[in-house]
Amino acid sequence: MSIPKKVFTKGNEAIAMAAINAGCHYYFGYPITPQNEIPEYMAEHLPAVGGEFLQAESEIASINMLLGAAATGVRVMTSSSGPGISLMQEGFSYFAGNELPAVVVNISRQGPGLGGINATQGDYFQSVKGGGHGDYKLIVLAPHTGQELYDLTIKAFEISEKYRMLTLILGDAILGQIKEPIIPWIPEKISGDPDRDWLITGAKGRTPRKITSLFLADGEMEKHNWHLQEKYERLERDDVMVEEVDTEDAELIVVAFGSVARIVKSAIAQVREAGMKVGLVRPITLFPFPRQTLLDVGGRTKKFLVVEMNTGQMVEDVRLSLPGDCQVDFYGRPGGSVPTPEDLYDVISETYTAQSSN
Amino acid sequence: MYNDVIMAGFGGQGIMLIGNLLAYAAILEDKNVTFLPSYGVEMRGGTANCSVVIDEREVGSPIVGRPMSLIIMNRPSLVKFEPRMKPGGVVILNKTLVAPEVSERDDIDLVALDLNALSEAAAGNTRLANMVALGAYVQKSGAVTVASVSVALKDALNPKYHKMIPANQKAIEAGAAAVKS
Repeated sequence: MSIPKKVFTKGNEAIAMAAINAGCHYYFGYPITPQNEIPEYMAEHLPAVGGEFLQAESEIASINMLLGAAATGVRVMTSSSGPGISLMQEGFSYFAGNELPAVVVNISRQGPGLGGINATQGDYFQSVKGGGHGDYKLIVLAPHTGQELYDLTIKAFEISEKYRMLTLILGDAILGQIKEPIIPWIPEKISGDPDRDWLITGAKGRTPRKITSLFLADGEMEKHNWHLQEKYERLERDDVMVEEVDTEDAELIVVAFGSVARIVKSAIAQVREAGMKVGLVRPITLFPFPRQTLLDVGGRTKKFLVVEMNTGQMVEDVRLSLPGDCQVDFYGRPGGSVPTPEDLYDVISETYTAQSSN
Repeated sequence: MYNDVIMAGFGGQGIMLIGNLLAYAAILEDKNVTFLPSYGVEMRGGTANCSVVIDEREVGSPIVGRPMSLIIMNRPSLVKFEPRMKPGGVVILNKTLVAPEVSERDDIDLVALDLNALSEAAAGNTRLANMVALGAYVQKSGAVTVASVSVALKDALNPKYHKMIPANQKAIEAGAAAVKS
């Protein structure tokens, strides 16, 4: 397949394109704004690669179809937004208990309830703290550009298989609707290993296998939970992704993820021009959270500002991660508003020049 | 070099098309670019706007708070976006529909053009007013070259309209010529 060098594409299409190029040939989903270009693209392009697009009767059905397909070892994806992702939470918990890999995209919308269709980051807690029942985690990736939507979608399939965990890509309407040039690429490995010893592929000629999240025998449940926790610890050790910009000499560090981090980048470029030493820490994996990076940066810089398009969610994880002598301020905008670079310039420069409250 | 522009008008005036076209022209020049459409319950006859940011460096914010430039195709768009403009910014105003007197800023460069008349003169009909406006913007701002916009038409237009490319090119050039000093 020949692929043009640069493709001018919507964020949602970048995700769908990357998924197919990563070997994802199965998509089950239910439409919802602002992510409809993903199912649209999958419906158009999956038949050509011998794949299957299916519009399910609901998001609950979609996630359970995903569960079944994932058990056979194929790469499979669904996508939705806020309310639809809420409906899937039971399935997320089963994915965790059953240890199955798959990719879910949340191009989130404003909430609570039916809310609005524009950009927000109100789903941070739901994504990283577990919206379903039980003591589990998802891998959560937070891209901030069109190219990163593409790259992290491929990464999502790989990391999901590495840990046998559901991987969630958390975006919003800015990222889903923006058009940018991206450079598509095809990974070397475009399917999972067919010899994985847990796949449900028909038991002819071998011992039957069982994928379950039900553990009733004495000690089995605890053992299973410790096993899951061991995976989460391994993730925190080996697979944290984070971007640091100008943190070395910074007297103030801004922490932001996803689309708002882009707006922060513009604001930081302006405050730097005005002579203020400000840096950025941008978590790319929201779980595993870059605790060590913050601990290290917090060893030399004592002033932090967390910027989110919600009223304060990731800021809790930042506060838990930083050394106790760091000051953490917060600037948040709830669903229904997006800060401009000028808004953030004002907030960042005011925080920078304010006397430390410690 | 950094450039940003907000384009706004009625749905159906071809706002999204010229936004896309500008972005394709920037890609031809190997620049970084973001195109962000207004996104809501839009419909024909309603309002439409998009923001395009072009930068030789990585594009930071695709959200434009205080635009350097505006392409304004109808009156509600001028009322909405003019107050946010950076001082010294350029407004390409569709004089066919909006009287320049509606403008309340005296610290901006207001370029009022009778876009329908220019489109009619250049291409024989008034439907390319959007292309005239883009030609004027590009000539005035230098965000990309007029030639790049002409070449990018084949990328931005659906192939079934490619026979219209020469007419579009004439409209773009007419817009550029109208603001050449």
